[in-house]
Amino acid sequence: MTELHPGWILILGAALVPLLPRVARRVYLVALPAAVFFLIMRLPEGELTTVSMFKGLGDLTLLRVDKLSKAFGYIFTLNAAAAFWFGWVQRDRFEPTAALVYIGSALGVVFAGDLITLYVHWEMMAISSTLVIFSRQTRRSTGAAMRYILVHLFGGLLLLAGIVITAVSTGSFAFDGFADPSTGTWLILFGMLVNAAAPPVSAWLPDAYPESSVFGGVILSAYTTKTAVYTLLRGFPEWEILVWAGCLMSVYGIIYALLENDMRRILAYSIINQVGFMVCAAGIGTPEAINGAVAHAFCHIIYKSLLWMAAGAVLYRVGKSKCTELGGLYKTMPWTMVLGTIGALAISSVPLTSGFTSKTIIIHAAEHEHLLWPWLILEAASAGVFLHAGIKFPYFVFFNVDRGLRPKEAPVSMLGAMGFLAFLCIFFGIYPAPLYAILPHEIQYNAYTISHVVTQMQLLMFSALVFFLFLKLLKRTPTISLDFDWFYRKGAPVFYGAMDYAGNGLNRAVHALVVGRWARETGHFFRAGPSRLLVAGLGPWWRLQGYGPEEIEDRTKELYERARKGAFPIGITACLAVVLLAILFFF
Amino acid sequence: MKDEREEDGKVWTEWFDRPESRRKMWRTLWATCALTVAAEMFLARKGHFVFDGWFGFYAILGFVACAGMILGTKGLGELLKRGEDYYGEAAPGEKGGDDDD
Repeated sequence: MTELHPGWILILGAALVPLLPRVARRVYLVALPAAVFFLIMRLPEGELTTVSMFKGLGDLTLLRVDKLSKAFGYIFTLNAAAAFWFGWVQRDRFEPTAALVYIGSALGVVFAGDLITLYVHWEMMAISSTLVIFSRQTRRSTGAAMRYILVHLFGGLLLLAGIVITAVSTGSFAFDGFADPSTGTWLILFGMLVNAAAPPVSAWLPDAYPESSVFGGVILSAYTTKTAVYTLLRGFPEWEILVWAGCLMSVYGIIYALLENDMRRILAYSIINQVGFMVCAAGIGTPEAINGAVAHAFCHIIYKSLLWMAAGAVLYRVGKSKCTELGGLYKTMPWTMVLGTIGALAISSVPLTSGFTSKTIIIHAAEHEHLLWPWLILEAASAGVFLHAGIKFPYFVFFNVDRGLRPKEAPVSMLGAMGFLAFLCIFFGIYPAPLYAILPHEIQYNAYTISHVVTQMQLLMFSALVFFLFLKLLKRTPTISLDFDWFYRKGAPVFYGAMDYAGNGLNRAVHALVVGRWARETGHFFRAGPSRLLVAGLGPWWRLQGYGPEEIEDRTKELYERARKGAFPIGITACLAVVLLAILFFF
Repeated sequence: MKDEREEDGKVWTEWFDRPESRRKMWRTLWATCALTVAAEMFLARKGHFVFDGWFGFYAILGFVACAGMILGTKGLGELLKRGEDYYGEAAPGEKGGDDDD
């Protein structure tokens, strides 16, 4: 049985983007993902499109549809349509083309039924997302894209090595929950954690995403990390290490977001913090936790896109993205401020927003499994989210000091896309039933108990209080913070220098020895050797004949001179030839 | 850029700049905090673990966690913060857009 593959509709559909005239292109970019959304909706469940390729290792399943893959399919296409709507004003043809391939590849991973299909789409994602970062075409974005692709190729190689080892030991490329830890499955897990941006391989995200264009950032924020979350939910539920990796990510994200000055880098670190919750949920692995992770991924993509859009609109209008250069923008960009703030409230899980009805499922699942420390860390991290993304982002960008910036309000198309996502943030906050209906497992969860609302408000309001009490300590400085990318950004030149010194030094030494000395000496040996041999042989002979020392010296000189010129009388040459032949004959 | 927008804007945007508005906002913040704690008095709340059932636990958690994170980050910042040109690429190369379509 064969069905149209949603991802490949986007990938092949991307070919048309550069050919279309401007208006048609804009409509096409929004309509295509929207159409694919409805296609996914009517896909029946099961393994739909299979290809037989490797004998004895089972078929490749290009299209495996179940509730888990469908849920990610919905949000990936929904977000794509909104993001292209946001990008209505952009003129570039290259970036949306790469973006469509990127989104299509992400869908390819989500619907992959085996590890080979997964791997191919995984690498397609890495390449196409690099092109999205490249499209900004600044020196910084080019450098960041180069670092980004190197990290992802490294992750891809880990994944590939893991897949090969697993396939050899189990005899199948099946991609389901991995039960036993082995070298192969560990490598697969590490490969996936690279894309999930788990420390210490996390720095690629805040390094690269903020260097992408206004529009590229919105696209990038959603797919790579959430695809990794999907694969972790599918492949590694109940792997305890993920609980702790998730906790680490959630705290790490907050700390760096608090240190950051660039608004889009704040949002980038905040992605790591949010994905931490999902990774932790994958580690808990109960049906409730899986539901929580999917619901959170769904809502997170919406409000995170919204936040990147708000930041993007500011960057688009003002051309600045540092908190130390922004402030007071609410005066002329009130709609961007209001919509961005809705995203900020949603990410903070304020009641009546989608964060409250989704993220709290994960925390509830941790509580349910009696995981005291993970639960406490996630609760504390929730408070921290309000601090770094919920208040810090809108406060420093739209309020704080009025720096006399008076940009125009964002274009209508941008406001439209943001309004749509802001609506979804509140809609799923008030009425989460449609969201709960697409979750992979049956769910009995009600976020709106009075005590939950009260305790959540306590947590958040006191976080807000701390923010304003400690405002002096949070004053932004025009700085960057060292992250794990220090090791390769500073380490690579050192490594290069060391390799240059060691490799080229060795080359020079060998050159001096072999070419400079051995070759010269060998040449000298073969040039001077025979004549010396002759002199050594003839010396006694001459003395026997009674020549005086002066005469011997003259004859020696003459012999050397002849040897140098290669001009021996024929008699001598013939003699030597006979000697040589005699040597050859006897030995 | 001096257009009517700025003049219009003043009517409501000025409010945030006034000192008495700031005082009002501070009072609102304290009041809301007090309200959330007060509301807990009317709840028969049970914690799942032992201590999370204590009165005002979440308020304390929020306060302590955030204060801890800010102070910890401040300390860590001394260690980790570097100038913008640390990696030798300070020039941001950003361009603002101005077309409205």
